[in-house]
Amino acid sequence: MNLNGTPLSIAIFAGFVLLVLYLSYFFARRARSASGYYAAGGQIHWAVNGISFAGDYLSAASFLGICGMIATLGYDGFLYSIGYLAGWIVALFVVAEPMKRMGKFTFTDALDAKFDSRGIKLAAAISTLVVSICYLIPQMNGAGSLVEPLLGLPHWVGVIIVGAIVIAIVSTAGMTSTTYVQFLKGGLLLIFSTILVGFVLFRGLSTEPESLRGDAGESLLLVPEQTTEAALIAGGHELDHTVDDLLKFTRDGEVSWYRQDPAGALWETQWESADLINGEPDGLLYPVGRIKAIGGMSVADAAAGTGRLDVVSFLATLTHPETRIEQWHKRTVFDDDGEKFTIYYPKTVTGTEQMKPGVKFKVDTFWQKLNFVSLMLALFFGTAALPHILIRYYTVPSPACARKSTIVAIAAIGFFYVLTLFMGLGAATNGTVNPADNNMSAPLLAMSFGGVLFAIISAIAFATVLGTVAGLIVAASGAVAHDLMDRFGRMDLTEKQKVTAGKVAAFVVGIIAIILGIVFRGVNVSFLVGWAFAVAASANLPAIVMLLFWKRTTAAGIVASIIVGIVAALGIILTGPAMFAGPYGLRAEDAWHPLGQPGIISIPLSFLTLVVVSLITRKKAAA
Amino acid sequence: MHHGPAQDSGPDPAGRYKTRLGVVMFIIYCVVYAGFVFTNVLTEGRAMQVIVVAGLNLAVVYGVGLIVFALVLALIYNALCTRKEAELAGTDDGEERA
Repeated sequence: MNLNGTPLSIAIFAGFVLLVLYLSYFFARRARSASGYYAAGGQIHWAVNGISFAGDYLSAASFLGICGMIATLGYDGFLYSIGYLAGWIVALFVVAEPMKRMGKFTFTDALDAKFDSRGIKLAAAISTLVVSICYLIPQMNGAGSLVEPLLGLPHWVGVIIVGAIVIAIVSTAGMTSTTYVQFLKGGLLLIFSTILVGFVLFRGLSTEPESLRGDAGESLLLVPEQTTEAALIAGGHELDHTVDDLLKFTRDGEVSWYRQDPAGALWETQWESADLINGEPDGLLYPVGRIKAIGGMSVADAAAGTGRLDVVSFLATLTHPETRIEQWHKRTVFDDDGEKFTIYYPKTVTGTEQMKPGVKFKVDTFWQKLNFVSLMLALFFGTAALPHILIRYYTVPSPACARKSTIVAIAAIGFFYVLTLFMGLGAATNGTVNPADNNMSAPLLAMSFGGVLFAIISAIAFATVLGTVAGLIVAASGAVAHDLMDRFGRMDLTEKQKVTAGKVAAFVVGIIAIILGIVFRGVNVSFLVGWAFAVAASANLPAIVMLLFWKRTTAAGIVASIIVGIVAALGIILTGPAMFAGPYGLRAEDAWHPLGQPGIISIPLSFLTLVVVSLITRKKAAA
Repeated sequence: MHHGPAQDSGPDPAGRYKTRLGVVMFIIYCVVYAGFVFTNVLTEGRAMQVIVVAGLNLAVVYGVGLIVFALVLALIYNALCTRKEAELAGTDDGEERA
C-alpha cells in the first residue's frame, strides 16, 4: 500500500512525540533515588495510576493487533479483548493487595519476601526478562507498521526510532515519567477511539461507500475479479502449479495466482515473492475489506447505505445471516521450483460466520479445541503475571489505592475493548485493511475520515507503543540491576549505582527488542502478545498464586515452577506451527506438533512442578 | 538496603476478609468465563451463532457481557472492601474478627 503522511499529519505526530519527551525530561528531576526510578516514590494518586494502568495495558496489541485481527478474521479478534479484560479479575481479586503488601520494587521482591532465596531472585529476574522481551517484540513490530504509512519510512526504521526514543525516555526518567506518559496516552486513546467509533456509526454501512472512491470516482480498494479455469485457459493462461485451493497460472512469463472457492469459481488474489509484488518489481498491494451484501436490504438499497446506525443495529446488521463480508487471508506457499510466494486471497463469509468464533480459532477437531481452550486460559491468567503490570502496584501509597486503581483500569480498559469490536468491524467494511499487515487497520480506518484524525490516532498509537515499551524496559532493567546485580549478585550497589545499572540494562534490552521487532515483521501483534501472556502465565502465575494460598510452598518449588513454566511455554511456541509458517519461513505442517498455544500444557505443568518440588524439599528439610 | 514495602501502609485489619471475598468473586467469574469457553468448544461454535436479543448472537452478547460483568464484580468488591475497612479502622483485633 502506498500511503504517505501529509505535512500536517507529520507535524501533529512530531509534536506529540516531542511532548512525550518533554514530559520525560520534566519528571526526570523527581527520579533521584532508586525508589523514584522504579516505583515513582510510591506516591502516584490511584485514579492517575488507574488510567496509567490502562495506558500500560492498552498496548499496540490492543489498539493495533485486536482491531487488525477483527478487521481480517471477524469475531476471533474480539476473543483477545474478552480474555485480556478477564485477566484483570485475577489481578484484582487474587493478586493486587497481597502483592502490594509483600513487595517493594519488583515482582522478584514480592516472591522473595518470605524466603530471601538467591535461587528465587535469579529465576524471577530471568522470568521478568524473558516475558518483557516476549512482550516487547510485538510492540516494536507495531511501531514499524505505524511509521510505514505515516512517515513513508521502511518498517525497520520505525522499529529503530521507537527503540531510540524509549531508551532515551527510560534512561532519563524511570517510573514517574512513564506513569504520566501512560496517563496522558491512556486518556487520549480512550477519547479518540470513542470519536472514531462515533464516526463509524454515523457513516453506517454500505456496499459502495463514498469513502472507497477517489477524487475521479475510481475505486480505492481492490474488488477481486471472479473467473473460471476454462476462461483463463481460453485467454492464453497455463495452469502452472496448484497448492490446495491456490492455483498459479502463467501467460508469456507473467505469473498470476487465483483461489478456487468450494463452488469452483476462481478469485483474483494479491501476492508477493522475493522480488515482485502483484507481478511488478515496484508493485503495490491494494487495500481491501468490504461488505458485499447487507442482510434484509436490496442490492440498490445496500449500495445507497444504511445511514446512521446505533451500536446495537450496527452489530445486528453485520450479524444478519444474509450479510456477506469479504475477508482477506494470507498463506505462504512454494511453487514447483521451490520459490516462496505469500498469497493474499479473498474469502466471502456470511454475517453469521463473521460474528462468531471460528475463522482462525476453529473448534472442530481435538487439537483445535485444545488450542482454543489454551489461548483463553493464557489470556485469563497472563495479565496478573505480567511484570510491567505488577510493578505498577508499587507506585501507589497503599493496598486500598492499588485496589481502586485496578478498578479504574478495569472500567477504562473494558470500555476500550468494547470499542475495538466497532473499530475492527469498521475497518473490515470500509476498505482500510492492508492485506500484508493488518496491524494498521484502525489508523487506516481513521484515515478514511480525514488526514487530521489519522495523524492524531497514529500519534496516539505511536505513543501507546512508546509508553508500553518504556514500562516493559523499566521492568526488565529493574530485573537486571535490582534483582540480578544488587540482590542475587550481592554487589551492594549504592542508590546512584543502581539507577546507573538500570539505565545501562534498559539500553541493552532496548537493542534486543529492536532486533526482534524487525525479525517478526507482518505477524499480528496481538497474536504475538498472546504468546507473551502464555509465557507469563506459565512462569509467574503459579508461583504468585501458590505463595499466597499454599503454606507448604518452598523456595525450591517456586524456582522449579518458574524455570519449567518458561521452558515449557517457549519450547511449545518455538516448535509449533505458527513459528514454522512465520519467522522460520517453512510449512506449518512440518512443525513438531499441532499446538499453537502452549498455556494448556505449560500452566498446569508449572503448578504441578511447584507442588511436587515443594513437597519433596519440605520433607528433606523436615528430615 | 531495606526490602520492606515501598510505603509502609501498616497492619490491614480487613486483610483476611478481603482475601476471602476476592477468592469467592474470582471463582464466580471463573465459572462464567469457563461457561463462555466451553459453550463454544462443546457445541463446536453452533451455540454462539444463535440470535438471543435484538438481532445479536450469543457470541456478542456473552462476550460483551463478560466485560461488563467484570466491572460490576469489581465495583461490588470495592464497595464491600471499603465498607469493611471503615468498619475495622482503628481496631487492633480486626484481623481475628474479620
